[in-house]
Amino acid sequence: MVYLLCLVLFLIGIYGVLTQRNLIKIILSLAVVESSVSLFLILLGYRVGGIAPIETAARPHESFIGMSVDPLPQAMVLTAIVISLGVLALSIAIAMRLYQRYGTYDVTQIRNLRG
Amino acid sequence: MKKLATEERDGMSTIVRTVTRWVSAFIILYGLYIVAYGHLTPGGGFPGGVIMAGGFVLLMLAFGKKRLTALLPVARASALDCLGALGFWLLAVAGLVFGGGVFFRNFLPHGLRLRLWSAGIIPLCNVAIALKVTASLVLMLVALSVLRVKAGGTDEDFVSDIEEE
Amino acid sequence: MDLLPLIVAVPLLAGFVLPLVPKRAERLADGLALLTAAVLAALSIVALRMPDCIYAIGGWNPPIGINFVLDGASKLMLLVVCVITFVITLYSPAYMVRFTGKRKFYALFFLMVAGMNGVVLTGDMFNLFVFIEIASIASYALVGFGCQKEELEASFRYLVLGSVASSMILLGIALLYAKMGTVNMAHLSDKIAAAGGLGGAGPTTPEGKASALLIFATVLFICGLGLKAALVPFHAWLPDAHPSAPTPISAMLSGLLIKTVGVYALARVLFSVIGITPVVSNVLMILGALSMVVGVFVAIGQWDFKRLLAYHSISQMGYIVLAIGLATPLGVVAGLFHLVNHAIFKPLLFLTAGSVEYRTGTRQLDQMGGLNKKMPVTGTTSFIASMSIAGVPPFNGFFSKLLIIIACFQAGRYGFAIAAVVVSILTLASFTKVQKYAFFGPLKQKWGRITEVPATMAAAMALLAVLCLASSALMLKGPREFLLGNAQRSLTERQEYVERVLGNKHAGGDESLKSF
Repeated sequence: MVYLLCLVLFLIGIYGVLTQRNLIKIILSLAVVESSVSLFLILLGYRVGGIAPIETAARPHESFIGMSVDPLPQAMVLTAIVISLGVLALSIAIAMRLYQRYGTYDVTQIRNLRG
Repeated sequence: MKKLATEERDGMSTIVRTVTRWVSAFIILYGLYIVAYGHLTPGGGFPGGVIMAGGFVLLMLAFGKKRLTALLPVARASALDCLGALGFWLLAVAGLVFGGGVFFRNFLPHGLRLRLWSAGIIPLCNVAIALKVTASLVLMLVALSVLRVKAGGTDEDFVSDIEEE
Repeated sequence: MDLLPLIVAVPLLAGFVLPLVPKRAERLADGLALLTAAVLAALSIVALRMPDCIYAIGGWNPPIGINFVLDGASKLMLLVVCVITFVITLYSPAYMVRFTGKRKFYALFFLMVAGMNGVVLTGDMFNLFVFIEIASIASYALVGFGCQKEELEASFRYLVLGSVASSMILLGIALLYAKMGTVNMAHLSDKIAAAGGLGGAGPTTPEGKASALLIFATVLFICGLGLKAALVPFHAWLPDAHPSAPTPISAMLSGLLIKTVGVYALARVLFSVIGITPVVSNVLMILGALSMVVGVFVAIGQWDFKRLLAYHSISQMGYIVLAIGLATPLGVVAGLFHLVNHAIFKPLLFLTAGSVEYRTGTRQLDQMGGLNKKMPVTGTTSFIASMSIAGVPPFNGFFSKLLIIIACFQAGRYGFAIAAVVVSILTLASFTKVQKYAFFGPLKQKWGRITEVPATMAAAMALLAVLCLASSALMLKGPREFLLGNAQRSLTERQEYVERVLGNKHAGGDESLKSF
């Protein structure tokens, strides 16, 4: 099933977060995790051969309600993308500052705290 | 991009600059269109804002950061960012005041379907969001590129670039 | 009725306006921040007196629109969040002078408050996620506010774990949407109950097998929200993040954020939406007991004042989750009572630790000593808070721990009850150490010249110390029924929640809008 592939992508992202040593690679893995969830939401709303849920003069909404894709997950994904954009920007800013302080992107060398 | 990173020259070659001068205007115009028709077609404040920010970023890459910050100083971008958010907030609270006491009520007349002047407060919301998104994305990218990080650098070369007003 | 959305809108306004204040006018920023916090506290008290209701945003009735739900639990949480926020805001201006960018600090601070208030009020799963993210992103930035080595490192770690948790929560919401086709909490709850819930021998589900998707979603919620609440297998970020933040933020994070975004959201989702079953209840209790024990054992060995407090936060969160996990009426009441108490004494402890650091510049307990002589207000309030968290009788912590232990016995969970007693004794030992090394004993030579902290900081600490004593009154029947009893009922009575939201009469809702 195609949904399972999203889960696989999610797990790949988590694996990356857990095993990567480079800060930037960790951030990329986070992006993978977030996109996998977005992808899952989009796939939820998809139906085979569905049309875009956009009303035009030629096609009032009553006529396509039965055959369009579900617009609600799309709205949610847009919000989720905005949120992950914010997180990503913040994490890159923090990573750059960390590089400035420690002179490295390697997490194993950024260990002042005991955890 | 790579060239920009290696040498601290201001901007790129003449060809790039000439093309950018033309193209970026169209990109920003296209962003405005996406914002203005956000309630009728796919798009809206966020996608339109991202496109407009893309136009500004192109300008920054071609002409260098100095030109962009002359066009849109960091302090002003920051203020626009807050004003966009504030505008959206005011529209939401206007529902409390004019919309019979309901937060986010679409209190303006809805107009004719599928016309540009329709859908009450939604186009206004889109404009506010676009302002916010454009300003904050430009600000973010300027901030991330201005901070040319040196390992072991001090705070001073960090803050001085961005906080000058 | 119209005031309800303002509880979220007012801090957002502060978050947008404060960065516009000119840099030179920091006094103005302080004043605006205090004003906002005072307005919020007043609003939360007004909300306390309002009847239970729901508020349909934009006039779109549930299950279509987003709605706010004001019931016992959200009233209690609003009161706690807004009042403690006010006290911490009172503390901030004097403390934050040594950081640059105070306006940005306040802006992030109030965005975080807006997120927390939204989490408490919302009745929509996706909206819950959005508010959790608003609060979390603001807190990531605030943890790294000082931009020193440790702070950035803690912030990055917190950010990575926090966003993984958020993705889990969002995936859980997506699974619920896939299964049930709605994201409104009450509507979901109704549909899940109709579909047989999580199955097992739960009171709401006489029979029927649970769907695998629903179980998966529940696991994702427990992991994701458990990470936000720093329960033990997921706690690694907290002891770094909470001490690294500026003190007012440490107090906000430990006192409020992990409770609203973690425990309250978890309780809302598990009790009101998915429906609690014995298995889930057992999982919660085990997580709670683990946090309780592990937290306190690690805390005892700490010499960094704020780090020690952070480990105690994990331990005390364990108490709350254990009690709420019992899922009996008394258990939930006891858990909420301890939540209120912890939201009072833990910020107070962090504020006193911050005051000590403000004057002495160190957080190492063995560097201090005899500070009572020089900082009487800090010393006294810290003593009161220590006795509260250790559960010594006249203070609030004693009563809530007593209730938790009684609830455990009543439910026949003797092991957990004994664990709670033992952990309480260890907590007392740990705070005896704090008092002995920091505030009692001979004054060290180098601290001869220090003085008490500025008046506003002292006032904030005194206010919290009074609250430590005053909240013991929640043990009396009247206040307990009014605040905790109603809150407990609104969490455990799932059917009532569904009817309140999906019933016909709504404030703000408008029948005429249905035609759109």
